[in-house]
Amino acid sequence: MSPASRLPYDACRAGRQAHPDAVIELCGISVSVERTPVLRDLTLTVGAGEAVGVTGANGSGKSTLLRLLATLLSPAAGTGRALGSALGSRECERIRPHIGLIGHSPALYSRLTLAENLRFFCRLTGVDVSAVGAALDAVGLGRSADRPVDRCSQGMQRRAELARVILTKPTLLLLDEPHAGLDTGSAGLVDAIIDDVCERGGAAVVVSHDRARLDVAVDRVLDLRAGSLHDALPSATVVPGQGLR
Amino acid sequence: MTPPGPARQALELARKDLLLEGRAGEALLVTAPFGGVALLLFPLAIGTDVPLLRSVGYGIYWVVVLLFGVLVSLRQSATDTPAQAALLRLTGVHPAVRLTGRAAANTLLLLAFQLILLPVTVMIYDPPLDSWPWLLAVLPLVAAGLAVLGTLAGALAQGFAGRATLGPLLVIPLALPLLLSATQVAEAVRYGRQPWSWLALLLLVDVVAALAVALSARSLEEYS
Repeated sequence: MSPASRLPYDACRAGRQAHPDAVIELCGISVSVERTPVLRDLTLTVGAGEAVGVTGANGSGKSTLLRLLATLLSPAAGTGRALGSALGSRECERIRPHIGLIGHSPALYSRLTLAENLRFFCRLTGVDVSAVGAALDAVGLGRSADRPVDRCSQGMQRRAELARVILTKPTLLLLDEPHAGLDTGSAGLVDAIIDDVCERGGAAVVVSHDRARLDVAVDRVLDLRAGSLHDALPSATVVPGQGLR
Repeated sequence: MTPPGPARQALELARKDLLLEGRAGEALLVTAPFGGVALLLFPLAIGTDVPLLRSVGYGIYWVVVLLFGVLVSLRQSATDTPAQAALLRLTGVHPAVRLTGRAAANTLLLLAFQLILLPVTVMIYDPPLDSWPWLLAVLPLVAAGLAVLGTLAGALAQGFAGRATLGPLLVIPLALPLLLSATQVAEAVRYGRQPWSWLALLLLVDVVAALAVALSARSLEEYS
């Protein structure tokens, strides 16, 4: 079992919720994508109010892990729960509206404006549409609300997705490279949103290659290697271009 | 936050698809003129045999509607990105409601597509117009059937690399009863018969396709 595990193994194997306050519990999870094993015997617990960072090489399965936690993929083996629902079961449909996912690619409709994208999402989920303006203001896009997405920079699109998270107030926040494309000033926005989710008793899992930013934003950092999670080395021991010290 | 009811959600999804299509304009500004060109090509190939063109005009109209309408009905499914699909799943909206919204938008687009091509057909082929009152029932029934089948095929092909090619291959054989019924309504009227049985077949195809969407939506999503 990976040293990253904090879960009583027997309870976990039996598919029971071992930690009552856990937002995420994965036990011996394996996931294959198009018959290729990506995650192998992965174990992880994330408690309420906790933010966990995940690093790893390209293709190590970080995005797959986020899709699994978002209940968009089912495990091939092992057991897991997110927000109290068993992964791969129909219970997951109940918790999906409480999951905020910002993936690597933006999920915005390029021919709609930033405000239209958010209003569509609000009307579909029952969020108050009048809050869209304030959410865009909060991410610094108030003046660009009527700009079509295909005329927005990558950073602006990323901020619009953060505005969507502000509107929905998810209990489980999943971020894939959230700092990518953001300027230095906007990066603090990501940290504030993570803090807000954790303060409300939720949890966040943040995938990033930017170890320095990850150290600031999360409580602990794990390294995804060969499909399993391991405690990451302290960032001070890694010197760019020189390897480990 | 209290999510709206399924009808309201389907309406919002249809509105979004229509807004996107309105801005892209591909269905009505690109595909419809191309369909018009296809209608023009048949007389060029057949020649100026006016009685022959009059007798085949109605059938050719429905063949063009079927072939080009498939592209219209599959367009939105083909342009959805995986990130957008994932986000929609996370809204908690039932998969059948999402497909219903898409089918509703496709129905309206196909109806507009048919209405654009109809005067072109009349101008080029001058078909007998004695069956036109029946078109008021045939046009929406064909539009709805093709839209639902296209939506179903789009969901089925989701996740496949060759979904743009696979979609039409799935829809066209399933839509043949629509083509047959639509042409036979005009034939029945021309020969003084009641076309109700053909209208009933159109309705049956629509209902079966809608049931297939409702019952398979969740499985299709899990599979993709």
